Amino acid sequence: MSILVLAEHDNASLKAATLHAVTAAQKIGGEIHILVAGSGAQGAADAAAKVAGVAKVLLADDAAYAHALAENVAKLIVGLAGSYSHILSAATVNGKNILPRAAALLDVQQISEISAVDSPDTFTRPTYAGNALTTVQSSDKIKVITVRATAFDAAAAEGGSAAVDKVAGAGDAGLSKFLGQEVQKTERPELTSARIVVSGGRGMQSGENFKMLEEVADKLGAAVGASRAAVDAGFVPNDYQVGQTGKIVAPELYVAVGISGAIQHLAGMKDSKVIVAINKDEDAPIFQVADYGLVADLFQAVPELNKELGK
Amino acid sequence: MKVLVAVKRVIDANVKVRVKADGTGVETQNVKMSMNPFCEIATEEAVRLKEAGKATEIVAVSLGNAQCAETIRTALAMGADRGIHVQTDVELQPLAVAKLLKAVVDKEQPGLVILGKQAIDDDANQTGQMLSALLGWPQATYASKLVINDNGTANVTREVDGGLETVEVKTPFVMTTDLRLNEPRYASLPNIMKAKKKPIDALTPEQLGVDPAPRLKTLKVTEPPKRQAGIKVGSVAELVDKLKNEAKVI
Repeated sequence: MSILVLAEHDNASLKAATLHAVTAAQKIGGEIHILVAGSGAQGAADAAAKVAGVAKVLLADDAAYAHALAENVAKLIVGLAGSYSHILSAATVNGKNILPRAAALLDVQQISEISAVDSPDTFTRPTYAGNALTTVQSSDKIKVITVRATAFDAAAAEGGSAAVDKVAGAGDAGLSKFLGQEVQKTERPELTSARIVVSGGRGMQSGENFKMLEEVADKLGAAVGASRAAVDAGFVPNDYQVGQTGKIVAPELYVAVGISGAIQHLAGMKDSKVIVAINKDEDAPIFQVADYGLVADLFQAVPELNKELGK
Repeated sequence: MKVLVAVKRVIDANVKVRVKADGTGVETQNVKMSMNPFCEIATEEAVRLKEAGKATEIVAVSLGNAQCAETIRTALAMGADRGIHVQTDVELQPLAVAKLLKAVVDKEQPGLVILGKQAIDDDANQTGQMLSALLGWPQATYASKLVINDNGTANVTREVDGGLETVEVKTPFVMTTDLRLNEPRYASLPNIMKAKKKPIDALTPEQLGVDPAPRLKTLKVTEPPKRQAGIKVGSVAELVDKLKNEAKVI
């Protein structure tokens, strides 16, 4: 039994999400191979070869894979699939975009965002915005799975010494073309892998006021997140959104400021180790999941918190 | 260009779902059901394309039990022209839905199929990708902006980790909607009345030549572990003290 893990990378380096997917693969059991599909991706492949527990790295280096277009990468995966019992990816935007396409081409019912491995064919995953845990058994020959990164520890990024094999891809499917991107520049840690996350909601009232949270975040070395309400109101960009339809985080400390705690937001953060809520409405649902709640006006509490942390 | 919109009937987004005591699923009896929010956005986008003169006809399709007809009526009230209801009481998983939709697409020959990015019940986020794979069409997932070009292509801006990305896809293609694509309209009462006269064709998986049997067997459904009740602190100083000395997270 061999397992293929699709790497999440930026050609030069491996993204942390891949390390969590490797841990899920270890729980399934079997020889683990990592597929690095990219353009000029030797750096990412070398990093993948060092991951503890990885037996082999497959590097598909081709201009067709430069921007992880699903049409091209799914075809590549299908070409390799015959040697594998499981095909995994972290449930990042790329993984969620590519894997179902590969699964359908293989005539397999994918299992999305698993949070636990019960056996090589049985997995548990959250459904209904995390309000139910569903355990499913797959009868498909190849199991195609995306992994909820926050539910599995990261595999050690050093200690392995896998061989890097070049594999030829099927090239460009000619269906789609990458035109451009707008990347949010930030010096702070990545939201999904940050140890501490400070999030603001509608209560922040404006994008300008998020500066207060950023100051606190910088003191804590934290990432900044937001509720859907704050994103929809245009306070912060979309990729700050934490929740069922945004990013799923499980940091050691999650500070929710001016967030009421709708089901859809809780779905993205309720596995955090410690949750702090600052809200002036003492009946806000967020207090039901918060370990420490402070009923206060955030416009007083946040600057005070900033001052207190600076002591 | 004909546009096909796939809509799903789900437990309303504001309902706090309850897991059944016997662990077979969640309680759906006497629970408010609605159109999946991402499917509303998909329907809205199709209607806007028609209003802009880019779409000629909008066909709303839903798959499932008899009540799914209500969901199709909602799409018709929003502006879809006619409906297709693939009737089955079998539990449908995304691969089966994609196969059934492919059969409908083969019959209808639309230039664009719009789906939501995920259904808020199973949270699978697969059907659009699977459908485009089966059709051999390009896919534009997590769309926050759609521009149909005159040369048989479309530019779609996608919400990705870290920002936005724009791709050009050849038509026909499959698009899935993200939250920011648009704000769905409410169906007005006159439009709800008019929607009752619009046709809905009924089909079965047998007629479409698709076996919809589930590939994943649900062994059990449980409630997630409950969090321990927390405490309320009286001041910011107390909060910081607790985080430093009790929780030891800062």
